[in-house]
Amino acid sequence: MTPLLDFLLIHADLFRILPEVVLTLTGVTVMLIDASLPVGFPRRMLGFLAAVGTTLALWASLMQLSLPVGTSFFGTVETSPFTVFFHVLICGIVLVALLLSLDTLPEHSHHQGEFYALIVFGAVGMCLLTGAVELLLVFISLEISSISTYILAGYRKETGRGPEAAIKYFLLGSFATGFLLYGIALIFGATGTTQIYEIARLAPAAENHSLVLAALALMLVGILFKVSAAPFHVWTPDVYEGAPSPVVALLSTAPKAGAFALLLRVVYEMFPSLHNLWAPLLWMVAVLSMTVGNLAALRQQNVKRMLAYSSIAHAGYLLAAFAGFGTSGIAAASFYIAAYAAMNVGIFAVITLVSGYDDELPMIDDYRGLIYRSPLLGSLLLFFLVSLVGIPFTGGFFGKFYSFSAAVDGGAIALAIIGLLNSGLAAAYYLRLALVAAQRDPAAEGRRSVSMPQVGIAVMAALFFAVAATLVLGIAPNAVLRAAQAGEHTLQAPPQENATAPVAGELAPHP
Amino acid sequence: MDAINQSILTLILLVPLAGAVLVVLTPDRFKLPNWIALLTTLATFGLALHLPAHFVAGQDGFQFETSVSWIDSPKIFYHVGVDGLSLWLVVLVGLLAPVGVVASWNAIKERRKIFYTLFLVQQTAMVGVFISLDLMVYYGFWELSLVPMAILIAMYGRKDGPKAALKFFLFTFIPSAPLLVAILWLYKLTGSFDFVTLQVLLAHGNFSRAALCWVALAFLFAFAVKVPVFPLHGWLADTFSEAPVALAMVVAGKLGLYSMLRFHIGLFPVQARQAAPYLIALAVIGILYGACLALVQRDFWRLMAFAALSHLSLIVLGIYGLTFTGWTGAVYQILNHGVVDAALFLLLGALEVRYATSQIDAYGGLAARMTRATSYFVIASLAMIGLPMLGGFVGEFLILSSTFAQVSKGWTVAAALGVILGAAYMLWLVQRLFYGSESKLVKSKPADDAHFGELAILTPLVVLIVVMGLAPSLWTNSIQTGVHPPALDGAVPLPQNVLQIPVQEEGQR
Repeated sequence: MTPLLDFLLIHADLFRILPEVVLTLTGVTVMLIDASLPVGFPRRMLGFLAAVGTTLALWASLMQLSLPVGTSFFGTVETSPFTVFFHVLICGIVLVALLLSLDTLPEHSHHQGEFYALIVFGAVGMCLLTGAVELLLVFISLEISSISTYILAGYRKETGRGPEAAIKYFLLGSFATGFLLYGIALIFGATGTTQIYEIARLAPAAENHSLVLAALALMLVGILFKVSAAPFHVWTPDVYEGAPSPVVALLSTAPKAGAFALLLRVVYEMFPSLHNLWAPLLWMVAVLSMTVGNLAALRQQNVKRMLAYSSIAHAGYLLAAFAGFGTSGIAAASFYIAAYAAMNVGIFAVITLVSGYDDELPMIDDYRGLIYRSPLLGSLLLFFLVSLVGIPFTGGFFGKFYSFSAAVDGGAIALAIIGLLNSGLAAAYYLRLALVAAQRDPAAEGRRSVSMPQVGIAVMAALFFAVAATLVLGIAPNAVLRAAQAGEHTLQAPPQENATAPVAGELAPHP
Repeated sequence: MDAINQSILTLILLVPLAGAVLVVLTPDRFKLPNWIALLTTLATFGLALHLPAHFVAGQDGFQFETSVSWIDSPKIFYHVGVDGLSLWLVVLVGLLAPVGVVASWNAIKERRKIFYTLFLVQQTAMVGVFISLDLMVYYGFWELSLVPMAILIAMYGRKDGPKAALKFFLFTFIPSAPLLVAILWLYKLTGSFDFVTLQVLLAHGNFSRAALCWVALAFLFAFAVKVPVFPLHGWLADTFSEAPVALAMVVAGKLGLYSMLRFHIGLFPVQARQAAPYLIALAVIGILYGACLALVQRDFWRLMAFAALSHLSLIVLGIYGLTFTGWTGAVYQILNHGVVDAALFLLLGALEVRYATSQIDAYGGLAARMTRATSYFVIASLAMIGLPMLGGFVGEFLILSSTFAQVSKGWTVAAALGVILGAAYMLWLVQRLFYGSESKLVKSKPADDAHFGELAILTPLVVLIVVMGLAPSLWTNSIQTGVHPPALDGAVPLPQNVLQIPVQEEGQR
């Protein structure tokens, strides 16, 4: 242990990307073994290998806490409590998603090895995204994560919806990445650099201020697409419906965590000087996302589509934290992402088990009497729905609580009220599902008991992690909150920032 | 002894939760869940009795207090304690729990594990609401209390459970959104969630009146829906007719009424005074409206729902008369209403289990077949009507007399009319159920009087009803220590230990 640590401290550059290195090696190993195994040989153990690699990466991220805050590789990758927070979160989500897939992927599904490798490669991109402080690296890591998720979304090739989901996701996703890239080009034109801290220093004094504004707008479009905030949300329901449920568990959380980390970086670290501009913009996007998401979710009959719209609404609640500039917004947003990830992965795990890999029971009515058919799955479904509603003593409550406190703190009381009324609206559709699942259904007695699968060890572990995380975040959130706050401090005080940093709240004058 | 006194409230809170975990872990055989739930609730009741035994009457402030830091940022403390106001309410919750278990003993046949788990969680949530002195902890339990209720209504609803459950949940969940914003806003203003600190700061601080008015209104709105106050009672009848008996007993009244006294009047006395005339009017309308609707119901659960609306409105009248006597009467009436309703629900539930209907028309002439049940039902009905020497009389008398003397004669006369109507619908119910000629349904089933288990729980309730009518001072002495919000008696001195927090004015934000 100690020699390893010493080695790493000497080669600190390497240490700063250790989790990504571990994940990449894991992915490559999985692919190589997959290619060398004979056809028809069970490939389940590849999933275990991927899970072990992800656990190692998680551990490596935690080790990074011993590093001083700073950048490496010529100022492109940063390590700080902020990045560690998101690394741990993303690795945790990927781990649970892998465990979930292990037991629920059909025994003889094709390209099973690639499936695990793609998940791990996606994790590389997402992790790198949270640590990148150089816009080109941001773009590259975003593409790494996107490309693997595009493929994963269309994994059920034999169905009609699988490819549709993948194509839709790919076309709209690359379009949005184009916006991001164009924004990067413009900001490079305005400031002559793509390093985030440099931009933060130079942007307020940029000669061509309108270029900076255009760059901000374009980059926001690109990122808001990735977090599926309205009005850039249209892809979400189709992709969630078409992708296999274990993939959706991953897709609806980990890439979003990465994208939100990027958003936090862009608005708080790169353009703090423009906060008079982006705060109202995000205010509107937040209100729009919550309202559109919830209203649309109310009308859905398909469970996955409903949860897709609900995730749009959750992006809105999360953005509410951004309205309060400075004081606690970053910590609140980070905490919310963690809470949202815990419960969303959990509910998709339950949905995977109930409706199966092939979505045999996709509709809300199919869940009637679930608690009588399978008390375990029924109770878990109710638990995660209760957390999504935001009932105290679950993670969902404190997520909303911190998010809206940040909003109230930043003076956006109207936003907090709109948000909380929206969560009342959201309770209606979550509860519709919960109550249908709790209702006794004489017609379904005896029917369908076959469709309740054996709950294996791996899935059991995945469910346990999700429940434990949701409960811990709801009952003893102090540790996670402290981690989020530590991240907030490092994000707001970038090491390179000097005395010429712009004063928050003033648009810099044109030279 | 100090150690016990400090941890007793936490124990009362955690024992049902531990029981719930135990129910989850044991198999559903030999009525094991029932027995665990019964023993847990009896143990909780025993623990709750420790409170009045060691309560120092006449002492100001909270007793059995504990305060432990829970969340670092924002500062949330697990701060619990009881005073004269909440003391007996905790005991009441403790008493109603075993009653609820007995009422469900034969009525709940399926998925008993889930039922008793959620029932015990509900118990924890209710106790939590009464003992929390930190607004966030209070809010937590307040919200938590909705969940088991909604799920159980959906699971065991008689006709359309999910619809009633959704209605119940949304009616009570949506108003709590403004409540949370109001609490957060108070925190931003004062830097504290602590009830005692807030009470002092709000009495002394220089806050913008308009803003406080909105905050108080948000509090009031959430509580009024929960009570319910006319015209926010839309959820009540459906919930009563769908909820399992054990839960219908506890769903209405207590939480909302207590919260009004503690957090609306307690924190915002000035704003409460402004709101009082409107609430008095609504309360009187509620009394009459509820009583009139109760008269025409064909289903006895719906009848009980509107009867509850009428009785709870009377308590609201007592609370917003803002008189000392009125408050004493109101708290006393909450207790009495809880006990009487429990007895009536238990008996009606027993009838429903035996005859599988809640239509009043289907019954008739039960008195000859169920002599013991009939006599208990009549005693409980008379207590509900407010016959002197029984529990109901004391509370109603205190409320009505204080309103008449100190608030308004006109409203009191109108409210008293409602009491008369109350006698009409209750006695008519008794007559239709138990007297007259035996109906076809009653004839078709063998006579089956109240069982030992039911009697074992009904007898203490009826004895309690009589004692509450004869010796109210047993309760009122300690209640009276709790029901005087300091701000109404003039300015309180600022305690030394309360940190003075610089208060922002509205304009500075």
